[in-house]
Amino acid sequence: MSESSTMPADTDVEDSSKRDFIFLATGATAAAGVAAVGWPLVAQMGKAADTLAAGSIEIDLTKIAQGQQLKMLWRGKPVFVRHRTAAEIEKAAAADPADLKDPQTDEERLTPDTSGNLRPEFLVMVGVCTHFGCVPVGEAGEFDGWYCPCHASHYDTSGRIRKGPAPKNMAIPPYSFVTDSVIKVG
Amino acid sequence: MSGPSTYEPKYAAAKWMDQRLPIIRMGADFMTFPSPRNLNYWYTFGGILALCLVVQIISGVILAMHYVADVDKAFASVQRIRRDVPFGWLLQSMHAVGASMFFLAVYMHMFRGLYYGSYKAPREVIWILGCAIYLVMMATAFLGYTLPWGQMSFWGATVITGFFSAVPIVGESLQQWLLGGYAVDNATLQRFFALHYLLPFVIAALVGLHVWALHHVGQNNPIGISEKTKEDTLAFHPFYTVKDAFAIAVFLVIFAIFLFYLPDALGHADNYIEADAMKTPPHIVPEWYFLPFYAILRAVPDKLAGILLMIGAIAVLFVLPWLDTHKVRSMRFRPVARWFFLIFIVMCFILGWCGAGTPDNVAIKLGSKMVDGVKVDSGITFYRLSQISTIYYFAYFLIILPVLGLIEKPIKRPDSITKAVLGDGKRGAALAPAE
Ligand code: HEM
Ligand code: FES
Repeated sequence: MSESSTMPADTDVEDSSKRDFIFLATGATAAAGVAAVGWPLVAQMGKAADTLAAGSIEIDLTKIAQGQQLKMLWRGKPVFVRHRTAAEIEKAAAADPADLKDPQTDEERLTPDTSGNLRPEFLVMVGVCTHFGCVPVGEAGEFDGWYCPCHASHYDTSGRIRKGPAPKNMAIPPYSFVTDSVIKVG
Repeated sequence: MSGPSTYEPKYAAAKWMDQRLPIIRMGADFMTFPSPRNLNYWYTFGGILALCLVVQIISGVILAMHYVADVDKAFASVQRIRRDVPFGWLLQSMHAVGASMFFLAVYMHMFRGLYYGSYKAPREVIWILGCAIYLVMMATAFLGYTLPWGQMSFWGATVITGFFSAVPIVGESLQQWLLGGYAVDNATLQRFFALHYLLPFVIAALVGLHVWALHHVGQNNPIGISEKTKEDTLAFHPFYTVKDAFAIAVFLVIFAIFLFYLPDALGHADNYIEADAMKTPPHIVPEWYFLPFYAILRAVPDKLAGILLMIGAIAVLFVLPWLDTHKVRSMRFRPVARWFFLIFIVMCFILGWCGAGTPDNVAIKLGSKMVDGVKVDSGITFYRLSQISTIYYFAYFLIILPVLGLIEKPIKRPDSITKAVLGDGKRGAALAPAE
């Protein structure tokens, strides 16, 4: 601005501390405001209370004959309960964890029953391929476990990834034995 | 190029308006915009795309009046639109087929830009906005495909949102945040519907910027030589309005053939089965326009690497203006680059073919071999083929174009657009073909 400014004379005396205060106070309020409005906008996208509360399911193991697999929906995803044959258990135990992409022994994938024993005949896992989430097909693939048709991932009889693009073994859901023949998933 | 406005309001009312909101002037300037006189039919796809966007928005808003975004009702509501709503069959097919036509046009438009060097200075921002439009188009199409809640809808959504689970550490939380649950479910469907409604308007805004930038720097043309004199240009109307209208008519005939005779040809039969969270269809494929990227995703046996490659395949388009440093825009005058470009197109088609195939199957049969006493084909599998074409795809942008930028000798170019069109003859001589 030139000397012949049209501003009233008294504003020539600038109280810069007053401006600093206004600037900082407005800035701080704006930052707090953006955060206060921004967080709810982000958080509303997450799981709602009713989704989180989606309970647990109980499964009666006596209904599953040897060599059969039960599929149940839990939190929108299928849970597999497979009653494994002796040959399948043997195969699962025989694999050397050191050779695996996601090293885990078959025993590590089981949960003890009410008397503290492992029950290798029942394999409980989330039937979701760890690649992009398709549901693998049972008794298929090069390892006679599961085969995911989406992008060709092969899982063994313990649900561990053996070949293909999936990075991890199929997940084991949190579950416990209610009695010796009933489990509770979730 | 956008010179000073030549609009003169003729009526008092128009003059009154012009002084307050010069909207008539804007329209008039648009119609008289000087365009290069040698634009060919490859340059009609911009107008075709604008029409496609309008068709999607109108048909989409109408569908939304009948559609129910609820996992228990969505599938049935779409079937109701097709069977019970008056002309619902027409509007539903128009929207579904329209999406394919939209992508067909955008690919033509993009290949045009790649060949004529339309991404080079001063059109980098036009190009980048175009890439952004393409990205939002892909997002819109993906979200829309989820809505009918068929098997492909559901599993496509599962696989694509699964991409986010590949992000290290926070991947799974991020995916569940996007889904609003542990898996694709009602919360997912509802938000996808809301966003599918929103994004086309984002596209419309981006198209506004795209055309604004275009009118600021002026259009490129098949010989890539800038307009120098007024003689090099023609008014947009009537010269290109008519050319565009003719192209649109041809395009609509093709659209109509699909719409009335082959409404499901571009879709997938599995989407007529209602979504089932317990059962994945044996062969999941995306819509045809995503197939090349799907092939790139599957070209490496690693989840994160596959996704990074796929993102890279699109990201590389954004930086293309700085990868191709050759001074000559149009590949007509680049004897070496044009061949690599041709191979690039072929590779894009091969990628599409690989995306549709099963990775372990043999794509190109070279012989046969015995496996466990059974005779099976041997040769190049889709998996190998997708690796070869993925390598070419990236090499084209990251090696071939940068290197050619340094060493390629262009052939002789005409002095001006007018010379290219008329030869050395005087103005008014018989029009020679633009080649
Ligand atoms: C909804 C999508 C789109 C619409 C409606 C649209 C519209 C247009 C229009 C009307 C033109 C002028 C006419 C023409 O040259 O054909 C144009 C030019 C252009 N577009 Fe697009 N476009 C879209 C998407 C894209 C995409 C995805 C890209 C590339 C990634 C792109 C790149 C360009 C370039 C570089 C030009 C300048 C062309 C030149 O002068 O040579 N556009 N666009
Ligand atoms: S989702 Fe299973 S292999 Fe890709």
